Amino acid sequence: MRIKLEKRQTPSTLMLVATPIASVLLTMLIGVVVFDLIGINGQRAVVDIFLTPLLASYKWQDVAVKAAPLIIIALGLSVGNRAQIWNIGAEGQYVIGALCAAGVGIAAGTAGGPLVITAMVLAGIVGGAAWAAGPAWLKTRFDVNEILSTLMLTYVSYQVLGYLVGGPWKDPNGRNFPATAPLAENQTLPILFPGSTVHLGVLIAVLLPFLFWLVMSRSVFGFQIRVVGSAPHAARHGGFDAKQTVWAALLIGGGMAGLAGSLEFTGALGAINLGFPSGYGFTAIIVAFLGRLSPIGCLIAGIVLAVTYVGGQVAQTTVHIPNSTAGIFQAMMLFFILASDILIRYRVRVIATAPKIVAGE
Amino acid sequence: MSPDFIIAALMTVVGLTTPILLAGLGELVVEKAGVLNLGVEGMMLMGAISGFAVTVFTFNPWLGVLGAAAGGAASSMLFAVLVLQLNSNQVATGLALSIFGTGLSSLIGVSFTGRIVIPFTSVFPDALAKHPLFEVIFGYSPIVYFALFMVPAVGWFLKSTRAGLILRAVGENDHSAHSIGYSVIGVRYAAIAFGGAMAGIGGAYFSMVITPMWAEKMTAGRGWIALALVVFAGWRSGRLLVSAYFFGILMALELYAKASGFSVVPSQFWAAMPYLMTVVALTFISARGNAGSNAPACLGKPFLPSN
Repeated sequence: MRIKLEKRQTPSTLMLVATPIASVLLTMLIGVVVFDLIGINGQRAVVDIFLTPLLASYKWQDVAVKAAPLIIIALGLSVGNRAQIWNIGAEGQYVIGALCAAGVGIAAGTAGGPLVITAMVLAGIVGGAAWAAGPAWLKTRFDVNEILSTLMLTYVSYQVLGYLVGGPWKDPNGRNFPATAPLAENQTLPILFPGSTVHLGVLIAVLLPFLFWLVMSRSVFGFQIRVVGSAPHAARHGGFDAKQTVWAALLIGGGMAGLAGSLEFTGALGAINLGFPSGYGFTAIIVAFLGRLSPIGCLIAGIVLAVTYVGGQVAQTTVHIPNSTAGIFQAMMLFFILASDILIRYRVRVIATAPKIVAGE
Repeated sequence: MSPDFIIAALMTVVGLTTPILLAGLGELVVEKAGVLNLGVEGMMLMGAISGFAVTVFTFNPWLGVLGAAAGGAASSMLFAVLVLQLNSNQVATGLALSIFGTGLSSLIGVSFTGRIVIPFTSVFPDALAKHPLFEVIFGYSPIVYFALFMVPAVGWFLKSTRAGLILRAVGENDHSAHSIGYSVIGVRYAAIAFGGAMAGIGGAYFSMVITPMWAEKMTAGRGWIALALVVFAGWRSGRLLVSAYFFGILMALELYAKASGFSVVPSQFWAAMPYLMTVVALTFISARGNAGSNAPACLGKPFLPSN
């Protein structure tokens, strides 16, 4: 018996949809087995991480607030990934976006209201895009690998944050703790449901995927991105400018990450401290892949990943595993989804006996 | 500045440099084979906890280092199978390995928190290793000397051995290497395992020498500095040594700026320098084009034999 891979004529749509679901289920299954092996109640851990946040209604607002930045960042990244541009510095663009929003807020002083908040969020988008513009310029001008440049700038952004919140922007009433002063009420995003933590950013995260879907599937721009990624030669003949695509991919990715950062700051946290970079920019890469780079897929995958974050905290108290254990599950989902990519392009055939080699074939 | 201070400062630089030098040497070989493994941080943490755990159980730091190498190499095989066997995207897979290693090492580490391991005894006699002046040369853990030994060893392997030539051929032009009859996949497996083992030992330097205790995420992003280091050194082993010590000095400056609480430039400036300088170096390398550069031509590209 042997296993043979046959190239498919067209990528399998069934596998495209089925493999992410299978990846999540397999991750849960392996989680149960592995946790049991190391002496932790596996079933309890997996149920707490993957299901409790969905079943317990008081956890829904946590899931929604955590999903919002993941979805927004993943939307931007999936545009770039479709064009084969690998921006892995979304975390840095997210940080810079939040810092730009904070800068505008500080400059506005005691002024607030919808106009100031809008300016803060717009500054976040511009800041994130500007942080990604460096790698875009280096890539188009000197052919500098954007994977490495965006990654390096992420670590630079942490230091910018550390400098600002520990120096010029440090809260004078903060007991010398490196953090910005808490935002005033009039500079904070409105809450959607009174008494909850669900802010306007969550609504934006729910609506944006549909806008992205429209643009990617119905516009010339969306077509250009898809063609440049899948058939670069055809794209060149079709008159699509590769450099323009690099700029678009990185600016959209950076802008969305910056938007997520400014919404997280003005909506969820209200202050920036050294713990602000929590890895959403990296986790969003998992979201983009799990969502198969489709906008609606990102929406669903963002919720799944947010569930594991919230569930990780639940499991921390119930089965006493460290919070970072959620990372194991997030990484496993990505491993499975990457491993299953091959099923989309190839068909697996199990051949019962070794075939004879026919002369002249 | 007193001589004591200078000696202490030099020894700090060596301590900060050794982990990134080890992980960087490993990643250099991986990238020379045409593979970009962004999982260094995860492999370092897996090495750190494996080395620590083995030392706790065996009371033997030498076995601990072997355990660290094995832990790092084993975790790198996850990446290798996906990337080499299933042609998965290297960037995403490497990133997944970093997240995975961080999570798994934290989980394993829970039962080791608060424990202390036996440190290495010094390789040189106490008269030298504890000497107030000569300790700057003789007073380190064996891992430091191992790292320094590995620099010329890796350089010699890549430049002067047949296996090194094949490895570079695989990274430079995988299809040609394949058509001559070399196993592209086999060579890349070996390179990735070596990279994992070196990253693992680099991680163990934190848990077995610097602290010596286990703490979650204790490598604190040094795996990413190691990645920067390989690029900054222009994929050359000799330059990697110089660059690693240069980065080590920058990291020491950051520590002193932080500890003194006052300096002409903020500590964050020094912390950001390795990354900024890597981007600048990368720009120079890229602007010169592939001619004259040591960047492997197939870096990050999957190998798909045409059949």
